[in-house]
Amino acid sequence: MKQFQYSRPATQQAVIDAINKPGAKIIAGGTNLVDLMKRGVTAPDKLIDINHLPLKNIAPVKGGLHIGALALNSVVSENKLVVAQQPLLSMALKAGASPQLRNMATVGGNILQRTRCAYFYDTTMPCNKREPGSGCGAIGGYNRMHAIFGASDKCIAVHPSDMCVALVALDATVIVQSKKGTRRIPFADFHRLPGEHPDLDNNLAAGELILGVEIPDNNFAKNSYYLKIRDRQSYAFALVSVAASLELEGNTIKNARLAMGGVAHKPWRLVEAEKALIGKPVSAETFNIAAQIAIQGAKTYGGNDFKLKLAPATITEALKHASGLV
Amino acid sequence: MKSKNPPEEPAHENNFLESSRRDFLKHSGLLTAIALTPAPLVSAAQKGFDEKIADLYEKVPVSLEVNGVKHQLSIEPRVTLLDLLREQLELTGTKKGCDHGQCGACTVHVDGHRVNSCLTLGVLVSGKKITTIEGLAKGDQLHPMQEAFIKHDGFQCGYCTPGQIMSAVACIREGHANSEHEIREYMSGNICRCGAYPNIVNAIQEVKEGGQPV
Ligand SMILES: Cc1cc2nc3c(=O)[nH]c(=O)nc-3n(C[C@H](O)[C@H](O)[C@H](O)COP(=O)(O)OP(=O)(O)OC[C@H]3O[C@@H](n4cnc5c(N)ncnc54)[C@H](O)[C@@H]3O)c2cc1C
Ligand code: FES
Ligand code: FES
Repeated sequence: MKQFQYSRPATQQAVIDAINKPGAKIIAGGTNLVDLMKRGVTAPDKLIDINHLPLKNIAPVKGGLHIGALALNSVVSENKLVVAQQPLLSMALKAGASPQLRNMATVGGNILQRTRCAYFYDTTMPCNKREPGSGCGAIGGYNRMHAIFGASDKCIAVHPSDMCVALVALDATVIVQSKKGTRRIPFADFHRLPGEHPDLDNNLAAGELILGVEIPDNNFAKNSYYLKIRDRQSYAFALVSVAASLELEGNTIKNARLAMGGVAHKPWRLVEAEKALIGKPVSAETFNIAAQIAIQGAKTYGGNDFKLKLAPATITEALKHASGLV
Repeated sequence: MKSKNPPEEPAHENNFLESSRRDFLKHSGLLTAIALTPAPLVSAAQKGFDEKIADLYEKVPVSLEVNGVKHQLSIEPRVTLLDLLREQLELTGTKKGCDHGQCGACTVHVDGHRVNSCLTLGVLVSGKKITTIEGLAKGDQLHPMQEAFIKHDGFQCGYCTPGQIMSAVACIREGHANSEHEIREYMSGNICRCGAYPNIVNAIQEVKEGGQPV
């Protein structure tokens, strides 16, 4: 690992000043950053430790729940308010990484974790995300884990987070601070598609610190499910994952949220499929129709052709669990 | 060097050898330094700003309590807790498997919570209490989890075992050992290449059911 300077600025303001300097990078849990630094994928000159900032709180706010950027993934997943009000988030977090890693990983770091594409990780391989202009090894290469939605001819990597799939389904907002003040970014607009610039994962500007996320209140607590399909039962990234939340009135679907992980450069919200659910009865047929709508426009790259079958099947199964049909 | 050269040898030859050797060392030394040094420093070094190098390579003071013993250390910020334990404190019970958070061999407790020490920078745990596999036994009396691993053959080669045991103790303390299914899920961060999983689960279940404090 390349040498770097370490600093722990005393206040939030001092952190903002420090991250504005070129070559500076925030470290929270370090579970993604230290890994990437060991492999030489990234090599900051200066690490700014933010772990002492008062950003660990999980508390109700007007119309929703606030979760601080430094709240640990393990703590959030077991928090009483989260489990009672936003069980989808709890389930998604518990499906991610391992208990040890969740004890280190923070909410802010989880949002900003980078893709697990093998070509991104291997510095001897071409990768437009790591080294713009070098090409994409995954197109025509090993692409079993890769995107079926929204990819470009520059990059077909996926965003690996489970937590973010729940947060996009729950219409969360990311709150960030910079020298210019604070701003609120809707979760669906936070991450971006690769387009011509796969080196940019998201719309966070240089010098911005994530303070936390806010999840608006909802009526999904009784009928939510996170289903993650992977190569082994646990401790593996998703081939496909589905976050499903329903609000039921008798047997009728009053409101619905659906999002998928492991399929795009960002957590993938399925708005059209949601529309196909609303007003319909809870039934396998309703769910199958929504699942078929969900995968319209999907494009595969050889190694990930199987996702065309796996994705709709996972959606149907997740909806069955969420609705209590199984 | 000089003392090995008899004074009667031709002076010019001697001087020539000496000076070229010194030049070579000087240059190769600089080249090595450049090869290992980040770009902004290279120019600093060439201009002779030694204090800048000292600044960048500064060690950071870290105080830790490991298995009840306090340590005042001075470490480079890039040193992981795993390397610090193994190489500076000579506590080699904690194992390095993958060094990338993927196997759990390096699991230790920080302030009572299990973490992967390979992805934990030493500077981030300053002021904290660390427990490693060496800190579980009370003198000659093994920890109940260590006893149970022996009784149930919870290992073959033993390489993953320190991490498995640290994780298993945490698993019970967290309240995540209530069924075989739950144990398997909450032990999934610890890989065993020998496949001792069934016996590991048995060991954890016995300790959990025995109700001893862990
Ligand atoms: C073996 C392994 C398996 C994993 N499996 C899964 C999985 O199945 N599902 C899953 O979702 N994740 C998984 N992860 C990823 C894990 O969830 C992330 O590494 C973790 O969430 C990152 O959080 P962190 O606090 O450690 O971030 P760090 O590594 O500290 O930081 C990550 C990035 O975020 C930036 N950052 C951190 N906090 C802030 C902030 N407040 N403001 C601005 N920038 C910030 C840092 O500068 C850095 O660029 C896995 C990781 C490993 C190593
Ligand atoms: S050595 Fe730390 S997880 Fe493998
Ligand atoms: S006992 Fe050999 S790796 Fe687990």
